[in-house]
Amino acid sequence: MGDTTTFFRAARHEPYRRATAESPRVRRLLIIGALLFLGIFLFVPLVSVFAEALHKGLGYYLHTFRNPMTLNAIELTFIVAGISVPLNCVFGVAAAWAIAKFDFRGKNLLVTLIDLPFSVSPVIAGLIYVLLFGAPGPLWPWLSEHNIKIIFAVPGIVNDTTFVTFPFVARELIPLMEAQGRTEEEAARVLGASGWQTFWRVTLPNIKWGLLYGVILCNARAMGEFGAVSVVSGHIRGQTNTIPLQIEILYNDYNTTGAFALASLLAFLGLVTLALRTWIERKKTAALHAAEMDLTA
Amino acid sequence: MTSKNFRVLPGFRLTLGYTLLYLSLIVLIPLACVFVETSTLSWEQFWHIVTAPRALASYRLSFGASFLAALTNVFFGILVAWVLVRYEFSGRKIVDALVDMPFALPTAVAGITLTALYAPNGWIGHLLAPLGVKVAFTQLGVFIALTFIGLPFIVRTVQPVLENLDPEIEEAAASLGASRWQTFRRVILPPLYPAVLTGFSMAFARALGEYGSVVFIAGNMPGKTEITPLLIITKLEQFDYAGATALAVVMLVGSFAILLAVNLLQWRNSRHLAQV
Repeated sequence: MGDTTTFFRAARHEPYRRATAESPRVRRLLIIGALLFLGIFLFVPLVSVFAEALHKGLGYYLHTFRNPMTLNAIELTFIVAGISVPLNCVFGVAAAWAIAKFDFRGKNLLVTLIDLPFSVSPVIAGLIYVLLFGAPGPLWPWLSEHNIKIIFAVPGIVNDTTFVTFPFVARELIPLMEAQGRTEEEAARVLGASGWQTFWRVTLPNIKWGLLYGVILCNARAMGEFGAVSVVSGHIRGQTNTIPLQIEILYNDYNTTGAFALASLLAFLGLVTLALRTWIERKKTAALHAAEMDLTA
Repeated sequence: MTSKNFRVLPGFRLTLGYTLLYLSLIVLIPLACVFVETSTLSWEQFWHIVTAPRALASYRLSFGASFLAALTNVFFGILVAWVLVRYEFSGRKIVDALVDMPFALPTAVAGITLTALYAPNGWIGHLLAPLGVKVAFTQLGVFIALTFIGLPFIVRTVQPVLENLDPEIEEAAASLGASRWQTFRRVILPPLYPAVLTGFSMAFARALGEYGSVVFIAGNMPGKTEITPLLIITKLEQFDYAGATALAVVMLVGSFAILLAVNLLQWRNSRHLAQV
C-alpha cells in the first residue's frame, strides 16, 4: 500500500519524463561537469592569452608589433605558409583524384603512408631533414661546395612545414571524392568535355568546400608549427625565426607581454579557423541536403 | 572496349605518379634517413644510448604522462560528447566549435599560456599554491599540457557514434526494466568502445611526440621533467646525431607499436562481433 502512495506522489510532483532520459538533476550535474572541465582546460587558457597580451594596455600591445624582429617573423611565417600550403594543396587534389576515381592495388597502403606524418613527432620531422641536408647527411659535401644553405635557413623551414602539414588537404578530399563517385565526371567525358574541362567544371565545384576546409586546417598548422621548425631553423634572429619561434625568444627574454601579444595573433588565427570551419561545415551539409532533394525530385 | 584497363577518366598515370614522387621526396626518403643513420651504430652502441638512465627516465615520463593524459581524456571526452549530443543548453554550438581549439591553437601558444596560468602567481597556480600543489615545472605540468593537447580526439571520435545510436535499443532496455545507469553501462557504452579506443590511441600517440606545449611548462630537468622529444633536441644541439637518431628510432617504434596493437585489438573485436 505504501508503494502506491509514493508512486502517486511521485507522479504528481515530477513532470513527465521519458524512460530513456535522465532526471533533470543528473542532467544538470553532467552539463556542469563537462563545462567545468572544458572551462578549466579550454576557455580559461584562451581568455588568458588575450588578457596577458593586453595586460599593459592597448598602446603597449600595438607597440610590440613595431619590433623589427617581430615584423620579420610575421613576414617569414607568411612566406613559409605561402609556399607549403599551395604545394600540399596541389598534392592533395592529385592524390585524391588518383585514389578516389581509380582502382589499383596497394591503395590502402598508399592512404596509410599519406597519413604517416601525423604519427611522427614534430621533433623527429625536424631531425630527418637535418640528417638529409645537414652535416651528417649524404648531400652535405655537394651542398656546401655550391654554397646552398638548407638547414638553418629558409628552405629547411619550408621543407619541414611541408612535411608536417602534408596530409591535411589529401585526407579531407579522399573520403569526399570517394563518396561522390565518378558518374558525374564520366557523364561529362561522354558528352565531349576534355579532361581539364571535366576537372574545372565538374569536380572542382563539387569539392570546393572540402578543399577550402583542408587548406584552412593546413594553413593554421603551417603558421603555428613550432617543434619541427625549431629543430631546423637555427634561431637566427631577424632571419630564420617564424612567429612561434619569436614567441619563444620573447618569452625566454622575460618579455612576457610581448610574447603574449604575438601569441594573441596566432590565437586569433585559431579562432578564425574554427569559425570558418563551422561555417563550411554548415555549407557542406546544406549542399548535401540539396543534392538529396535533387534526387527525390 | 573489352580491355579491363580502359578508363573513361583521364589523368590516372599523371596524378598517381605525382603522388608517389611527392610522397617519396617529402616523407619516405627523409624518414628512411633515420634508419640509415642508426645503421652506422653497432648494436652495443645503440643499446648503450637507448638504455642510458637519462633516456630511461625520459621514456617513463613521456609514456606515463601520455598514458594518464589520454586516460583522463577518455573519461571527460565521453562526458563532453554525451552532453553535446544529448542535451540542449545555451551556448552549446559555441562550446561544440571550441572543443577543437587545441587543434587550432599553435603548441607554443598553448605552452606559454598554460605555464602562465599554472605558475605560482598565475590565475590557477595561485589557487593551488596554498594547497601545496605545484604544477608548473613539475611532472604534473607535463600531464596538464598533454591533457590539453589530446582533449578533442575522444570527443570527436565518440560524438558521431553517439549521434547515430538507435534510440530503440535504449527504449527496449528501459521497457525490460533496466535502470538508466544499467542501460548506459550495458547498452550505450559497448558500441562506443571502438571509437573510444581509436580516440585513445590517437591522443596517446599525439601526446608521445608532443614538444611545443610541454617544454615551457615542464622545467626540463634531466631525469625528472625531461620528455624524450626534448632529449632528442638536446642531443642534436650537441651535434650528437647518432644519439638523437637512436632515441628517435625508439620513439617511432614505440608509437607504431601502439597504433598496431590498437588496430589488432579493433580487428579482433570486429571478428568477435561478427561471430556473435
